[in-house]
Amino acid sequence: MASIEMNQIVKKYGDGFPAVNDVSLDIADGEFMILVGPSGCGKSTLLRMIVGLEDITSGDMVIGGTRVNDKAPRDRNLSMVFQNYALYPHLSVYENIAFPLRLAKTSEDEVRRRVNEAADVLELHEHLERKPANLSGGQRQRVAMGRAIVRQAEAFLFDEPLSNLDAKLRGQMRTEIARLQRRLGITTVYVTHDQTEAMTLGDRVCVLRKGKIQQVASPRELYEQPVNLFVAGFIGSPPMNFLPAEVNGDTLTTPFGAIELDERRAAAVAGKELLLVGIRPEYFEDASLVDEAKRPLGSVFTARVDVTEWLGDSQFAYIPYEAPEAIQQKLADLSRELDSEALRTQAIVSIDSTSRIREGRDAEFWLDSRKVHVFDPETGDNLTRDAEAGAELTRLASEDRIEQVQEARSESQSISGDDRAGAA
Amino acid sequence: MSRREKIWWVVGGVVIVVYALFPIAWIVSLSLKAPADLNNGQFLPTGLSWENYSLILTGGASDLFLPALRNSFGICLIATAISCLLAMFAAYAIARLDFPGKKLILSTALAVAIFPVISIVTPLFNLWRQIGLYDTWPGLIIPYLSLTLPISIWTMSAFFREIPWEMEQAAQVDGATTWQAFRKVIVPLAAPGVFTTAIIAFFIAWNDFLYGISLTSTSAARPVPAALGLFSGASQFVEPTGAIAAAAVIVTIPVVVLVLIFQRRIVAGLTNGAVKG
Repeated sequence: MASIEMNQIVKKYGDGFPAVNDVSLDIADGEFMILVGPSGCGKSTLLRMIVGLEDITSGDMVIGGTRVNDKAPRDRNLSMVFQNYALYPHLSVYENIAFPLRLAKTSEDEVRRRVNEAADVLELHEHLERKPANLSGGQRQRVAMGRAIVRQAEAFLFDEPLSNLDAKLRGQMRTEIARLQRRLGITTVYVTHDQTEAMTLGDRVCVLRKGKIQQVASPRELYEQPVNLFVAGFIGSPPMNFLPAEVNGDTLTTPFGAIELDERRAAAVAGKELLLVGIRPEYFEDASLVDEAKRPLGSVFTARVDVTEWLGDSQFAYIPYEAPEAIQQKLADLSRELDSEALRTQAIVSIDSTSRIREGRDAEFWLDSRKVHVFDPETGDNLTRDAEAGAELTRLASEDRIEQVQEARSESQSISGDDRAGAA
Repeated sequence: MSRREKIWWVVGGVVIVVYALFPIAWIVSLSLKAPADLNNGQFLPTGLSWENYSLILTGGASDLFLPALRNSFGICLIATAISCLLAMFAAYAIARLDFPGKKLILSTALAVAIFPVISIVTPLFNLWRQIGLYDTWPGLIIPYLSLTLPISIWTMSAFFREIPWEMEQAAQVDGATTWQAFRKVIVPLAAPGVFTTAIIAFFIAWNDFLYGISLTSTSAARPVPAALGLFSGASQFVEPTGAIAAAAVIVTIPVVVLVLIFQRRIVAGLTNGAVKG
């Protein structure tokens, strides 16, 4: 177990294109770090540089206090789960898991013990003698994890391990990975483009865009205090709505009426003209269902609903709006960068599932203005980000993590202690 | 598939099989005919005769045939082994590494493969005589390598390309050196490719006539195809057709056996289960 420090890592390909550009990131011992971003953002390249499958153009990669830039993958003692599992088809499941141990010339007894341990954890016992070709996708995935956990690696690296599984299995394996990591308390770097995995698994999430780090923070901070338009748009599903807004003193004029800003945020946006307001779908509500006590905290506006989607536990309404040409272009660029396609400017609004708002009719909505963020459309910067509140969220998360890791370690110690007592 | 279509498929298949096997049946039938029976104008021999076989295995032609059989086996097996081993390394490099001159190597290999043998056999004959390789095993193994290597490199690099890169990277992360990853992961996965290549290479060497007849003069190195051409009848009025047919049947047997042994190893899709899907 070790920490991983990256210092101004750059990866340039032959044509001079920087796939990873000046990335500095510290991953603490036992931390679960997620690398996330749209396709082509350099997240996999960064992971492959950590493990040593990709050369580092410049910068320092330090694992457990030693610089490993020039070390071969086998000397770094990391284990990795590949996107397509990369199991050895000519070997049985048992031999697949035992493979790293055999290379390390571990004694036969030790191999048997360790493989059985890994098989216990991953419930692979009845499959040990089978060949990978005869296993289902989820079982292959577990074998790949078994091969990773069977030796005492410094860190686990996952390269989109769940992207080949169907949705249901993905959910199960996700919790399985979370449980495994908490239990083993091993430093983990996990690459994904999936929102849910990023938000649920990570202690901290690193959002990458075109090879550059945008923000490294706990999922909560990313969600509530995004640093720019890109992070705000990337994190959250359905995504944050961006509305054009004009500043008039401490109010913003948007297609959905005026939004009052508090003093701090009003000061932050003073002097600007055209801005983008970021409002998460759940900050909206059907006005008729809002408590009288809550009502004054936001603003009420009327809009025509285009489409509604009722999902049982929640309901989404789509409200089209007009935006100036320049803003439309910006939003189209942003959504293309986020791997999605915005065909029209519309807001996605989450309303209570009992709401009777109907498609094609005008309806009254309430908008909670306390949590809206205001972005500069030119630079994409979040003008109203409360860095302190964000840092506090991440600090709380890291406290939780440290506690969990310590718990996991003391537990595993007490287990091995029991073993010893039992053996005696 | 409808009934009608099925019938057409069966008929088509039978026609092709008969067309392909007819010459072989003819040779078998010839080899079983007594010398007097050869020109009887019938497809089947009037009576089974093992005379031709005894002639080449124990009789007068055995001096010619048996050493040739030994030579053929030895030379072809050695040439195949060397060519497979070299091709394995070359193909691996071509499939995996990016080095200057890769295209050149591949196109040169192809050029060598399509170069007419007849045009180099005469210079080779002179050269071999001068450096003492004429009528020796190495004297045939070396030209056979030039026949088998290009095709081996091409087929094997196609097989190597199909092995996912990740297999090897996974092995390296698991703690293997490049050599260990090659030996423990890539070679077992490429085994079907290696066997296929070996069979093709063996056939090419086994079937060669031109080098065999030109670069040998005695039974020290003369391979079977060349020896067959030198068979003579019991007298100058008797055609050695029967003996040649019998020898042809005998030299076909190892090839058939080889394919039967290895066809189990040539299972497509051995990499099944390595990756998703």
